Formats: sequence, structure tokens, C-alpha cells
Amino acid sequence: MAIGPAARVLPRWPAGPSLWTGLAVGITAVLAVPIAAVVSSLAVPSGDVWLHLWRTQLLELVGQTLLLLAGVGAGTLVVGGGLAWLVVHHRFPGRGVLEWALILPLAVPAYVIGFAFIGLFEYSGPLQGELRRWLGPGARLPEIRSYAGVVVMMTLVFYPYVYLLARVAFREQGAASVETARMLGRSRGVAFLRITVPMARPALVAGVALAMMEALADFGTVASFGYRTLTEAIYRVWYGMFDRLAATQLASVLLLFAAGLLLLERHSRGRARFTQSARRGAVVEPVRLAGWRAGGATGACVGVFALAFLLPVGQLAWWAITAIRAGQVAPDFTALLWRTCALAGATAAVACLLAVLLAYAGRLHGTATVRVAAQLASMGYALPGAVIAVGVLLPLAWADHALVPSLERALGRPLGLLLTGSAAGLVLAYVVRFLAVGLQTVDVSLGKIPPSLDDAARVLGARAGSALRRVHLPLIRGGLLTAVVLVFVETMKEMPATLLLRPFGFNTLAVEIWERTAESMWQEAAVPALTLVAVGLLPVVLLIRLTSSRG
Amino acid sequence: MATRQGSRGGAGILAVVLGVTALSLAVTGESAEVMVYSARAHYGQEPAMEAFTKKTGIAVKSFGGESGPLFERLKAEGDKTPADVLITVDAGNLWNAARAGLLGRVDSPEIQANIPAHLRDPESRWVGLTVRARTIMYNTSKVKPEELSTYEALGDPRWKGRLCLRSSTHIYNQSLLATMIKRYGEAKTESIVKGWVANSPILIQGDTKVLEAVAAGQCDVALTNTYYLGRILAKDATFPVAPFWANQQTTGTHVNISGAGVTTHARNRAEAIKLIEFLTSPEAQQMFADANFEYPANPQAAVNPLMAKWGKFKQDDTNVAAAGEFQAAATKLADRAGYR
Repeated sequence: MAIGPAARVLPRWPAGPSLWTGLAVGITAVLAVPIAAVVSSLAVPSGDVWLHLWRTQLLELVGQTLLLLAGVGAGTLVVGGGLAWLVVHHRFPGRGVLEWALILPLAVPAYVIGFAFIGLFEYSGPLQGELRRWLGPGARLPEIRSYAGVVVMMTLVFYPYVYLLARVAFREQGAASVETARMLGRSRGVAFLRITVPMARPALVAGVALAMMEALADFGTVASFGYRTLTEAIYRVWYGMFDRLAATQLASVLLLFAAGLLLLERHSRGRARFTQSARRGAVVEPVRLAGWRAGGATGACVGVFALAFLLPVGQLAWWAITAIRAGQVAPDFTALLWRTCALAGATAAVACLLAVLLAYAGRLHGTATVRVAAQLASMGYALPGAVIAVGVLLPLAWADHALVPSLERALGRPLGLLLTGSAAGLVLAYVVRFLAVGLQTVDVSLGKIPPSLDDAARVLGARAGSALRRVHLPLIRGGLLTAVVLVFVETMKEMPATLLLRPFGFNTLAVEIWERTAESMWQEAAVPALTLVAVGLLPVVLLIRLTSSRG
Repeated sequence: MATRQGSRGGAGILAVVLGVTALSLAVTGESAEVMVYSARAHYGQEPAMEAFTKKTGIAVKSFGGESGPLFERLKAEGDKTPADVLITVDAGNLWNAARAGLLGRVDSPEIQANIPAHLRDPESRWVGLTVRARTIMYNTSKVKPEELSTYEALGDPRWKGRLCLRSSTHIYNQSLLATMIKRYGEAKTESIVKGWVANSPILIQGDTKVLEAVAAGQCDVALTNTYYLGRILAKDATFPVAPFWANQQTTGTHVNISGAGVTTHARNRAEAIKLIEFLTSPEAQQMFADANFEYPANPQAAVNPLMAKWGKFKQDDTNVAAAGEFQAAATKLADRAGYR
């Protein structure tokens, strides 16, 4: 099992570098077009919006955004990492069920959790209503629409990234290193802080980076909590001042934040690499908790699960029942379901294939070009969905206007628009947005394979491609599966890009939900929302089953 | 007497005529449709659209999306757009589309007769379909209507800590402020907004949530669109909130619209105009208003009985285009006045 920093992977297959570098650069070139379309807006001078923002709030926005990132980073690290450590290293009542139950919140869209949360805890919600009934009209809870409220909310939504990656990392560490520390006279606490956490650092950091990028791109939650961030300002400038250009320019500032996050992530990961040996060592012997410790562990897991999953899903179920009782017929979801899954499946396949190629290119040739390429390709995750969508729309429409007229002349019949509003364009937008999820997950898994295996494969005469297929892919199966499921579920839930780029008459579950929530008809949206959660649960449960059996 | 040859020729001609008729039928059958880009989501639209199809045989296809991105798609598609009609909520969005050259002029005496002048574009590129009044809402057990008068008066110190507002970032509030700017000028509008802010309003996202806060007693007065109250009252007649028509002695209550325009590059322009003419007729107007408790834009159409109880009110007759013209100014004004 893992023993300290491993040697760097040196270029081993001298015949291939240009091929793999070229591949990485090529993939990035395509994925960077929408991002370039966003950044290119900086070249166009825009009116006085910037001056106005600078005078009234730009510093505040940047400060609030940084505060949010810090809060969500710390929150997801503690909650996600802490829960993973609890379930892997300990035995307590309910652990078996809770270990996988804690992954389920992944399937619930953030906008649903946010709405249920505010509905329950606000002044006019049932909780405070009861409180006033019992304790008098003066009784109230702290205001939910606050910084603390947003951080708690986003922590509950985004902790599963850290939890998922950390859980696998803790588990794969095995027992040897911790036992060595124990034999050398260190307490369990010291062994945890000095051995377990540092060795899981790549996974923890990758998970936290994902959570922070999500927080950066989020609009729905911050809008409903009335918390001002850069992303919130982007929408305010775009929808409120009809100034899409200035909004896109603000989005470029967001890219700076994303680049900073990725650099930080690389920096803290790059210096230490921990690999696992191919032969699995002894599995961690969990500590059996008893008494209040056991109660505390169970309580913590149940509490998080209840808030992040039971509460919003319960609320949805309640609305769905009310809606059906009120005689509202549930529309036929078969076609919607099929389209939703087809889009998510295609995106997951494409994104994860590209992620493997990019990550493997990085492993073969850790050159600056390849590293920068991988990071550029990941940037889309930190951009709000609507901004990415316009970034995809503009180049597609441009290509259509450039190509279609000559095609029409050649064929002698009108073709309309071929790329704009095509399913392919939509999948491209999804991939740009969610590649980072696949890439981070695959990269962490790949990093755990010791370079000696690459050497062995090479000595035995395998080329880079065949080593990937026969050695690396089988070893990262768990990580790859995690990546596929994460991208699939993210794509299913995606709303703004789907709305803008979908083909005509091509509605998905998310569109169906929007058509009702856009005018805050939440009860009416409950049935499609519940369907979305249920369908999202299937791959998540599959993931749990497959990754558990590996342990 | 027809010769053999003649009858053969006749049959041939008949075949050609039939063929051409079939073909032209097929062609008209194909083109008898309208593509609508709609930011008004789905609600309440099907009845009016279905009635149109039933009446004219013209099929209506609809593509929904958020107004900002939908505008970008329409613009990016340019002369190749399949969209014939754009429907959005808030006059500002229509004004913006017209400014970008996406909507074409429609000179229809029928539309002009159906819809009052302040609810349509002075240059005839868009027209209001429903009226959305944004007025004062109060808790019926805590506030007497005599205590209320105007939007301005909500800045009176007596409402300190008793006022709920939706955040200034929402387009309904921006349009309210934009209309005020057109009506009163920036300086006076800013002092009105500062008056609200001085009363430390509780900011809540979503009109429905604001109304729930008024009902629960978190605050006593608020500003919201009336149809949100209509929706709640339809489910719970005891909900303790009522509307007060603001500024009846002065400028009238602020109204906004959801409306429609024909796209510049519409392929089915004639059908598109026909659709909008139908949608502004009293028959369709009532369906619109009934479905969502909005007021019909056509004064001939009857209002929903639930809303009839709220009485008639005087609308601010400032042209709703002001919502677009002064939108950016309103956003900046709110920022300056500290209305978040």
C-alpha cells in the first residue's frame, strides 16, 4: 500500500509524445471555443456599467464571493471529509445504511433543496409558525436568508463531492500506514492528522475544488437567499440592464477566480503524490464506537442525511400528493425521461472519454502545454450555465450562417439551422460545463497508480495506448464509474443550457420543471421534480453497489 | 360527344388539377402554423392557443425559455430563425427585442382597437396581452385601508419595520422604478426609494413568499403583483391579505404587461399577425386572464370573478415602454439608494 511520495512519471514512451500532446491540445481547442467566446467580449468596449459597478459594489461583490468560497470550502471539507472518515474508519449503529444514504443528495437539484429549505425555516414557514404558537409572537429563529444560511445550504448540496472522493481515498489507503504509525507509538488522533488526511489530500482537495467551483457558478441559491456574488451580478446586469456584453465581461472575471482555484488545487496536489500498490494491503480495521460516541456518529450522519435529502424530497412528495389529489394529472413522462437520459448518457460518455484522454496525456507528458490544456478545459465548470450556453450558441450560430448558405446552394433546398439548436450543440455545452467533474475524478484515480506499472507495461512491449486499455483503465474502473455517474446526474439536473440550446419540441424533465417554477408554481412542479430525483437515484445507487463491493 | 382521345385528355387535365390541388393543400397544410418563442412559460396559454387553432386551423408551436437567453437565441439565429412570434413577460423585454431590431412593425387596426395605447409600442412592434398590476398588499387584521394611499407613502416612518419588499434585482421592481423615473424624474424617484429603504424593509425573494410573510405577520404591508394573491386566494379563501389600489387620487396604479410581437424574419408573418389579433380579442383575453388571475389588456374582456371583488382601479397610463427605456437607470438608482 501507499508509501510516501512516488517518483515523477517521466516520459516513457518516446514515440508518442506529439500524438498525446496533440490530442490534449485538440480536445481543449474545441472545448475552449465557448470559453474564448466569453473572454473575447473583453475586446468590445462596453458602456458605463463597469464604472457604475465599481462605484457601488464591485469590491463588495468580490469580497462576498471570496467569503462564500471560503465558507463552502471549509464546510464541505469538514462535513464531506468528516463523514467519510466516520463511515470508513468506524463502526456505529446504522453505518451500513448511512454510508450509501449519504451519497443520495447528489440526485437532488440545488434549486429544489434551496426552495424546500427556505420554505421550512423562514418566518412564514411551518417551523417558526409552531414556535410562535408555543412561545408567543416574539419567538423567532435566526434569519435563514443570511451568509450563514447560504453556506449551510451550499455545504449540504455540495458535500457529496468531497464525501465520495474521500470515502474511496480513505478506503484505498488500507491499514498498513496507520498501523505503522500506531506501532511507532502515535495515538489514533495523531495518526489520522499526520497520515490519513495528508494521504487523502489529493482526493479531498479535488472534491473541495469541485464544490467551490459549483458555488462560484451558482445563481439559483444565491438569488433565493438574497446573497450577492459575482454570478448574481452577472444575471442582474444581463436581465436587469439588458446588457449581455457587460454580463459576459463580468463572467470573465469569474474565470480568473476559477483559474485561481485550479492553480491552488494543482499546487497543493502537485507536491505530494501518493500511489497505491497493485496488491491491496489489509483493509482498515474500523474502530467500534460505543456509548455517546456511537450516538454522536449516528446522529451526525442522520442529521446531514435528513437535511440534505429527506427534507427536500419529503417536501416534494407532499406537494406531489397535494397536486395529484387536487386533480392535476401527471403528464406522460416517458418521452421526457427517455430524452433526459439519452442526453445525460451521451454527455457522460463523451465527457469521461475526453477526461481519460486528457488525464492520461498529462500522466505521459507532464509538460506545461498539457497541464494548461487540461485546466483550460476544466474552466467551464465555474461559469454560470446561461453564460456557457451563450458561449456555445454564438459560435454555433456563426458556423451555421457561414456554412448553411453554400450547402443550400449545393443541395438546392433550404436547410434552416443545422448546428444551432441541435442535440449535438447541447451535448457540447454540457461537456464544456461538466468536463471538470469527470477530469478531477479520473485524475485522482490515475494518480494512485504507481509509475512502476507504466514501466512494467513498457518493458513488456506495450504501447501507450494499449497500456491505457489493458493496465490503467481496469485499475481506475471505480474512479471512472464515479466520474460517469457524477456527469450523468449533473447533466440531468442542468437547466439554463438545456433551456437555451435544446432542439424544438425537445423538452426534458428539467425544462418541464422550469416551465412551472418560472412562475413559482412549485406545487405543480413537484411531480416532474420528484421524477427527476428518482431517475437520478438509479445511477447513484448503482455506483454505491459497485464501489462498495470493491471495498 | 367526347371522343376517346378527348376523354383521355380530360382525365389528364383532371389528374393535373387534382394533383396541383393536393400539392397546394399539402403546401398550405405545411405552412399553416406559427412558431412562438415564449418566455411566459406554459401556464394558462394552451386554452387560448388551442382555441386559435380550432378557429383558424393554424397550428401553434411553442418554444419556451428565459427571456434573456431566448433573446440571444433569436438574435443569433438572425434571418434563419424559425420563430414567428415572441411572447415575453415584462414590457422591458419586448422593448429590448424591438430595440435590437428583432421585432417587425405590425399595422393592424384590429389590434389597435383592442388594446389601449399605453399598453403597446408607440411604433407598433409589440403589444400587451395581459395587464399585471403591482400594488400595495396589506394584512387585513393589522392594517386599515384608510392608512394606505400611495407608493410614496410607504416611506412614512409609521411603516418602519412593517414593510416587506421583493429584492430590487427582480424585473418587476425594476419596471416599477423605471415607470416612476419616467413619471417623476430620477431625483424624486430616488427620494421615494430612499424613503422605503429608511423603513428597513425585509427583503424576500418571490412575490408569493412576500405575501406569505404578510399573512404570517412578519410585516404588515408589501408591494406585489396581484395575480400571486389571486392564485393563493383560489386555494385558500381565508388568506388574510388584500390589495390596495395605490395612487388612485394621483397617477394611478403601476401596471406592466406580458405581451407579444412578430419577429422581423417571420416566415409565417400573416399567420403570426392573425394569432396576435386573436389573442387580443375579448374571447381569448378572458382565457388568458382566467388562467392566471391577470387582468385582460383588452378593456372589453371580463375579469375573473375572484378579482372582480377587488374593484376597478385606475391604471398609470404612462406607456409601458418606459419599463425598457429606464430599466438600466432604475437598476442603478436602486443600487445608489441602497435598495438591494
